[in-house]
Amino acid sequence: MIRQINRVTGVLIFLILALIVNVSYLQVFKAKELRQAPGNQRILLNEYSRARGAILVGSESVAKSKSTSDSLKYLRTYPNKSTYAPITGFYSLVYGATGLEQVENDILAGNDSRFFVNRLQQLFANRKPMGGAIRLTINRDAQTVAMRALGGRTGAVVAIDPETGALLALASSPSYNPNLLSSHDATSIQKNYELLNNDPRQPMLNRPLAMTLPPGSTFKLITAAAALESGKFTAASIIPGPKRLKFKNSTKYLNNWTGKQCGPNGKTTLKNALTISCNTSFAWLGMNLGQDKISEQAKKFGFENSFQVPMTSATSRFPQNLDGAQTAMSAIGQFDVRATALQMAMVSAGIENSGIVMKPYLVDKVLGPDLATLQNATPSAFGRAVSETSAKVLQDMMVAVVNNGTGTNARIAGVRVGGKTGTAETSPGSPAHAWFVGWANAGGKHVAVAVVLENGGGATEISGNGLAAPIAASVMRAVLSK
Amino acid sequence: MSQILRQYTVSTRRSTELVLLVGAWLVGVFAWILVDASSDSGSLGGWSALLSAGLLLLCAHAVVRWQAPYADPVLLPCVALLNMLGLAMIHRLDAANAARAIANDSPQPTPDVYLQLTWMLLGLILFSLIIALLRNHRRLAQFTFTSGLIGIVLLFLPLVPGVGNVVNGGRLWISILGFTFQPGELAKIALAIFFAGYLVGRRHTLAHVRGSILGIGVPRFRDVGPLIFVWFVALLVLVLEHDLGTSLLLFGLFTVLLYVATSRRSWVVIGALLLGVGGSAAYFAFGHVRIRFSIWLDPFSQANGDGFQIVQSLYGLANGGLFGTGWGQGYPQLVPFAKTDFITSALGEELGLAGLIAILLVYAIVVERGARAAVGTRDPFGNLLAIALTTVIGLQAFIVIGGVTRLIPLTGLTTPFMSYGGSSLVANYILVALLIRISNSARAPQNFALDLPKSEVNA
Repeated sequence: MIRQINRVTGVLIFLILALIVNVSYLQVFKAKELRQAPGNQRILLNEYSRARGAILVGSESVAKSKSTSDSLKYLRTYPNKSTYAPITGFYSLVYGATGLEQVENDILAGNDSRFFVNRLQQLFANRKPMGGAIRLTINRDAQTVAMRALGGRTGAVVAIDPETGALLALASSPSYNPNLLSSHDATSIQKNYELLNNDPRQPMLNRPLAMTLPPGSTFKLITAAAALESGKFTAASIIPGPKRLKFKNSTKYLNNWTGKQCGPNGKTTLKNALTISCNTSFAWLGMNLGQDKISEQAKKFGFENSFQVPMTSATSRFPQNLDGAQTAMSAIGQFDVRATALQMAMVSAGIENSGIVMKPYLVDKVLGPDLATLQNATPSAFGRAVSETSAKVLQDMMVAVVNNGTGTNARIAGVRVGGKTGTAETSPGSPAHAWFVGWANAGGKHVAVAVVLENGGGATEISGNGLAAPIAASVMRAVLSK
Repeated sequence: MSQILRQYTVSTRRSTELVLLVGAWLVGVFAWILVDASSDSGSLGGWSALLSAGLLLLCAHAVVRWQAPYADPVLLPCVALLNMLGLAMIHRLDAANAARAIANDSPQPTPDVYLQLTWMLLGLILFSLIIALLRNHRRLAQFTFTSGLIGIVLLFLPLVPGVGNVVNGGRLWISILGFTFQPGELAKIALAIFFAGYLVGRRHTLAHVRGSILGIGVPRFRDVGPLIFVWFVALLVLVLEHDLGTSLLLFGLFTVLLYVATSRRSWVVIGALLLGVGGSAAYFAFGHVRIRFSIWLDPFSQANGDGFQIVQSLYGLANGGLFGTGWGQGYPQLVPFAKTDFITSALGEELGLAGLIAILLVYAIVVERGARAAVGTRDPFGNLLAIALTTVIGLQAFIVIGGVTRLIPLTGLTTPFMSYGGSSLVANYILVALLIRISNSARAPQNFALDLPKSEVNA
C-alpha cells in the first residue's frame, strides 16, 4: 500500500508540475501574443492608467490629463477646445491619436528612452510611470489671433520665426473640439467622430500641413528669385508686361488680371512687375528662364520635400515636362503647381532670413515628468535658397508690394513689412483661393506668415489683399506685440 | 546510547511551525499593505482584520502544540499562507469593486473579505475542535457508513426543493438562515472517510483477480459493483446539479483509493474506461458539457461569448508576465469570478509567473506532507484516509487551476484555501485538521501513539 501511496503522490506532484509548465508557457512564451490580442482591454487601460504628459504653450497646458474615478484613470482634456486642435490632435479611446498626441506619444506616454532613469525611480517607488511633457514653439497670442481671424472660414495660417524655423502659429479652419473625441464614453466619441468625419468642410484636416493648393501669384516670389539668381536680371531690369501675352508655340494668350498693360509700352521693371503682380511679365519670365530654373529654385525653398514638424507635412510640387504655355502658367503659380501654407511661409521666411530656409519645428523642449528639461530644440537650416544679395532685393520688392502695391492691407504702422498677395484660380466655376505671404520685423523680433482662404473663404469679392492680408497683419502684430 | 536517547527525545518541531506560521501571516500583511498603498484607500479596518487573522492562526497553532505535539509542522503554515494570500486578493478585488462603484455613482458594495474572515474563524474553530476532540483518527473508521450516508445526503441536499439554490447554472448551493453553503465541499470529506473505511475492510476481496487481459488482472464482476455505484453517483451529480468539478473529483478520488487499497492497476484502467464512457455520454447528452469542451479547444473564437471568462483569465496571466504587475497594479477585476474560481489568474496577473509557481509549489508541499502522513501512519485506515484527503486537495487544485489556465476544460471548483467562499474554506480546514491529526500519529514515538486498544488498531 505504501508503494501505491507513493505512486499516487508522484502523479499528484506531476499534475502540479504540469500546471507550472503550462503557466510558464502562458506567462512567458505566449504572453506577448496574448497581450496584443485585439479585444484585450489591458493595453488601453495600461496607457490610460498613466498620467500622460502635458502639451505646453508657454506655461499653459493646452492638452493635459485629469485624474478621474472611472476605470480609465486619466481623462485627456484640451482647455482651449478648438484653438490648438490642429497642433495637438486628439487622443481617443476609439480612434487612436492624431497630431502631436500621436507623433510624440513615446514622450507623452513616458515610453521614450530618455525617461529611463525616471522609470527606474518610479519602479522602485512602485508608482506607475508618468509621461513627459512637451513645450511648443507656438506663440499663444499669434495662434489665438490666427484662429479668431479665420473665424470658421475654410483656410490656414502659418507663422514662422524666420531665424530658427520655430512655428509660431499653425491654424486650421474650420477646427474641432478634441475633447469630444477624447472622452471616456465610446458611444459619444463615435457619434462625434462620425459627425466631424462626414462634414464636407473636413474640420479634422490639418490644412496648413496637409492641404496643397495652387499658390497663385505668391509663387511669383520664386520666379523672381530664380530670375535674380540666374544673373540675367536685376530688380531694375526692364521686362515685357503687355496687356496680353502670346504663349510660346501656341495660339493661346494670357490676359493680365487688371486687363491693362503693366507699364508704358507694355514694359516694366522686375520690381514693379512684382509690386503690381503683373501676370504677363512673370509668364514671360517663366518662358525666358525655362521650367528647370524655376523648378530648381522652388526645390531650394522646400518644394518636393516633406517636413517633420514633427507631424509630416504634405509635399509641395512644381510640375515637370511642361510645354511653353504650361511653363508660363506655372511661373505664376497656376497650372499644376501645388503648395502648402507651410511651404509658402517658408518661402517668405527664407527671403526674410537673408536667403537661408530653416527647417520648421513645433517642439521647443522635451520635459521630464518633473518638468525638468530633457532636451532643447536645435534649429537647423534646410539650406540656402537665394544669395544674401538676392534676398535683400526680394525683401525690397516685397516691401514695395505692401507699401504701394497689391498688399497694402498688410501694413503695420512703424514696422517694415514685406509681402505678396495671390489669388489662385481653381477649376472653372469655383471661387479662387485668396493668399498672402509676408514677413515683418521690429525690435529684434522676426516673423514670416502665410495665409490662405480656400475659395476665398466664401467671400463674393476675392483678393489676397482684401481677405488674406488683414489676417496676416493681425498675426504678425501679435508676434511683434504691436 | 545516542540512538536510545533519540527515541525518547523526538523533536516536535512546534517552534518551526510557529516561525513558519508567523512568516505566512507576514506575507499576507505585506500583501495587504501593498494593496492599500496602491488603491490609496488605506482603511484602518484592514488592520483589525489582519490582527484577528493572525490571532486565529496563533490559537490554531496553540491547539496543535497542546493536543497534537508531533503533528507535521509544515502543513498548517502552508495552508495559512494560501489563506492569507487569498484574503489579500479578495481585499484587493473589494477595493476594485469599491472604485467601480464610485465611478458609476452606485452604492458601495459590502466588502467580501470580512465575511471570508468570519469563515476563516469558523474554519479554524472547527480545526481546533477536531484536533482537540478527535484524539485518534482511527475512531473515524467506526463512522464509515454514517459518513457515507452523510456524504450522499450532503451531495444531494441542493436538489431538495426550498433548500437548494441555483447559482451560475450549477445547482450546488443550499441556503440556511440567510447563509448560502455548498454542501458538496463537506461531502467530499465525509465520502473520503467512507471510501477509506469501506475499502480498508474489503481491500483483500477487491484484490482478487478473475483472469488477466494484456497482463493486467481483471477483477471479479461482482467486485466492480462499488465502483459502478460511485460512478453512477458522480454522473448523477453531473446530471442533476451540473457540477462537473465535484463529479470528476469524486470519481477520481474513489478510483485512486481503489488502486491504493488493492494494489491493482486494473482498477485504474477500469476507472479510466468508465470516465471515458461517462464523459462522452455527458458530452453528447448535455449542451453545457459540450460548451465547456469547445471553449477549451478554442476560447478565442468565442472571446465575447462563452469563452469570455477563460479568455479574460489568459489575458490576465499574460499581463502578469514573469514578475507580475504588483499588488493592486493589474486588472484582475476584469476576469469574471476573480474572487472564486478564477483567483489563480488574479494572483498570476499581480504576482506573475514567479508568484504563481510559488503558490503551486505550496500546493505541492501540502501534497507531499499529506503523503508523508499517509505513509508514516501505522494503520491501513490511516494510510487510506490520509492519501484520500491529500488526493482531494491535490486533485481539486489541479482541476480548478488547470481549468482557469486552459490546461484542461474548465469545470468549476473552488481553489483550496484561496477562493472566496465559506463552505470551501471551512471544509478545507476540517480536512487539514484530519491530516494533521494523522500526521501526529505518524510522527509520534510509537509507544505514545498507541492510546487505543490493540484490537481497534488492526480493524
